[in-house]
Amino acid sequence: MASPSQNFEAAADFALPDISRLRIVRRWHIGRWLAAGSIMLLLALIGRAFAQGQIEWAYVYRFFAVPAILSGVMNTVIMSILAMALGIVLGVVFAIMRMSDNPVLRGVSIGYAWLFRGTPVILQLLLWFNLALVFPVIGVPGLFEARTVDVMTPFAAALLGLGINQGAYTSEVVRAGLISVDAGQYEAAQAIGMTRLRSLKRIILPQAMRVILPPLGNEFIGMIKLTSLASVIQYAEVLHNAENIYYANSRVIELLIVAGLWYLVIVSILTPFQMLLERRFARGAAKRR
Amino acid sequence: MGVPLVSIKDLRKSFGAFEALAGVSMDVTAGEVLCIIGASGSGKTTLLRCINQLVEFDSGAIFIDGELIGYRRVKDRLYPLTERDIARQRLKTGMVFQRFNLFPHMTALENLIEGPVQVLRRDRDEALREACELLARVGLRGKADSFPADLSGGQQQRVAIARALAMRPKLMLFDEPTSALDPELVGEVLAVMKELAQSGMTMIVVTHELGFAREVANRVVFMDHGLIVEAGPAAEILNSPREARTQAFLAAVLA
Repeated sequence: MASPSQNFEAAADFALPDISRLRIVRRWHIGRWLAAGSIMLLLALIGRAFAQGQIEWAYVYRFFAVPAILSGVMNTVIMSILAMALGIVLGVVFAIMRMSDNPVLRGVSIGYAWLFRGTPVILQLLLWFNLALVFPVIGVPGLFEARTVDVMTPFAAALLGLGINQGAYTSEVVRAGLISVDAGQYEAAQAIGMTRLRSLKRIILPQAMRVILPPLGNEFIGMIKLTSLASVIQYAEVLHNAENIYYANSRVIELLIVAGLWYLVIVSILTPFQMLLERRFARGAAKRR
Repeated sequence: MGVPLVSIKDLRKSFGAFEALAGVSMDVTAGEVLCIIGASGSGKTTLLRCINQLVEFDSGAIFIDGELIGYRRVKDRLYPLTERDIARQRLKTGMVFQRFNLFPHMTALENLIEGPVQVLRRDRDEALREACELLARVGLRGKADSFPADLSGGQQQRVAIARALAMRPKLMLFDEPTSALDPELVGEVLAVMKELAQSGMTMIVVTHELGFAREVANRVVFMDHGLIVEAGPAAEILNSPREARTQAFLAAVLA
């Protein structure tokens, strides 16, 4: 049998046609053109339907930046950030409790996740808002007392309801991050004399953040939209204020579109922050893994 | 021989029904290099981890530098130490792991100063200076700003040795430091360990590298089924073992 190099030389002896200077004709891609064309047509039809539908776009434009809507947007952003912050704090605490050797702490953490993940948020919001029906007065006896209706404002009820509910979900996200860190990292931290708490803070959590951040970004986007539920307990977020306007002027669809556009704006502005954070915690990670 | 740096008395540890340590006693003198050999499951790694309190033993006692490890004696009772005190006791020992366990989110240099700055509360600049010297000592002067993921296994293990040394331990523990390395990288790590031994560091090395044991160790301990079967000068144990189990193990390893 001839060796490969002999074959190669033999091939060079044949007078194959020289086609190196011929023009290459591009492929037609008929399938792509058809798919793109039909989907554009469909979108155009949907667009036309809405353009001809009973939507007064002038109202959308006119109400887009009225003070009531803008303050609603502010309240939505504030509530999203505060409730998420509360959720993260609770999530970290309950995730650490869940991984504790103490069976009581572990049990309480499991019970917390079970209770708040197992009931609808809107129900939780209503319960917090109506807490005065259970405890007319709250406080520490002898120190201070207050009427519950005064304390449990729509803001407070929404923050507690959304934040505590979020904590139940976040605790699982954080736990996933913590168990993703190699056990050898705990040992290496202990071996240089770190206590559990310090190794958690310096060694484990920074590494867990890589796993925690992507789902947490998801949760945050969910939270921005979840704040709209607080409209049922009179919290003046953007949907609630839009509703108040259309109760007065009956431009229901136009104001819902205004609110919807604002949610898109908020999400679009806040999403890039996730990427910045992810880049920060990718420190030392092998590229593209 | 003065007071031993490490003194282990009748140490026992079981994991469920498995008896990892079945009554181990031994002393290690300051400046001595002790190699522990034996098949996997013989208890050698558990012994090492007990010394560094990564594993809690069931009974027996360990003294390091004259200090009882893990417990506080009040009259005829032993009370477990707090986590903080155990962390403080660990400062006397440096540990090098089979799988390096460098902190992947920190550069080589940051790995080295993490303990000195965060735990020992030493001045950061001083810690940095010392860390650079240590990196040079293990032959990695140019890798200070590299992350572990960008280093070879041998380089990572050398950083890990330097990280342990940065805490200025009295005793260095090595848990199969070359077992996870590609064969061509074993030599560079052993060379660093040899230099360390020659500098007078007290070392307990769990290893399969019989050549290293022969060349560097003052004493070799052979363990099997949680017990020390045979201990003595390296040449004696490795060249003319008396116990049949030691002979069988060496024959299997050298085959």
